[in-house]
Amino acid sequence: MTPVDPHNVDLPSDDEFKVIEIQSTLTEAKKPESLILKEIEASGYDEDATFAIKLALEEAMTNAVRHGNSGDANKKVRVRYVVNPKHVTICVRDEGEGFCPDDIPDPTTPDRLSLPCGRGIMLIRAYMNEVEYREDGREICMTKINPAHAQD
Amino acid sequence: MTEKSPHLTIIEEDSVNMVRFSDRKILEELSIREIEDELFALVSATPAIKLLLNFTNVEHLSSAALGMLINLKKEVEGKKGKLKLSNINPQIYEVFKITRLSKHFDIHEQSSDAISSFS
Repeated sequence: MTPVDPHNVDLPSDDEFKVIEIQSTLTEAKKPESLILKEIEASGYDEDATFAIKLALEEAMTNAVRHGNSGDANKKVRVRYVVNPKHVTICVRDEGEGFCPDDIPDPTTPDRLSLPCGRGIMLIRAYMNEVEYREDGREICMTKINPAHAQD
Repeated sequence: MTEKSPHLTIIEEDSVNMVRFSDRKILEELSIREIEDELFALVSATPAIKLLLNFTNVEHLSSAALGMLINLKKEVEGKKGKLKLSNINPQIYEVFKITRLSKHFDIHEQSSDAISSFS
C-alpha cells in the first residue's frame, strides 16, 4: 500500500455527504455497498483500492448490524459517504450503546490467534488510511485515499 | 469422485478431499454458515481427513470467513486430520498476512504442491 499522510486529506464538510439509512439487517446492509461501489468504479480507483474499501465497508456494516445494533432489525444503520477521485470517506453509525475501540484485544497475539472472531476492526484499520470513532463508538468514519492521487 | 453443492465442489484425488468454492465472495454470514456446515459434515464423515481448500476464483473474504476457517482447522485437527489451503489470490493472501493467519494455516501456492505435501 502506498504510504501517505492521511492528515493531508481535505476531509469533506458535512453537507458534502450523501446519506442512506437502512434497517439493521445483513441483507439491507448490501444497499449502501452497491451504491458506493458504483461511484468508486466511476471515480477511477484501482482494483486494490476498491478491494480495500469494499472489505472495510463490509466489516463496518457487519459490526453495526451484529454488534452495534445487536441483531435488532428494528434499529437503523445510517451510512454517510463522499466519493471523489481523490478519496472516499464513509461513516457508518448504529443505534447501539457504543464501545471503546481500545478495549478490543489484539487478535494477533499468540493466545488470541486461534480465536474465530475479533478481526474486523483490525482489517478496517489496515486497509483504510484514516479511521476515527465518534459518538462513543457508535459511528466509525473511515477514509481511503486514491493511490493514484496520493502524491498530489 | 466429485460432489457438488450450491457453495462447494468436492473432488477426491489421491486420498485428498479438495474443496473448490463456487462463490467468488465468501462474505455473508448465512452462506459462511452453510459452507461451515457442509465442511464440518465432510470432516465428520471422513476419518483423519486430508482436506485441501482451493481458493481459485475466490476474490473476497470477510473476517467472519476467517473465523470459519479457524474453527474448521480445530475440528479437522481434533479428528486427527490435516487442513491445507491453496490458490489464494494476492489480495486475499494479504488479509491472511495482516491477521497473521498466514502462519496459522498451511498455505500452498498451487493445489498440486499441497496435495503432494500431504503424503
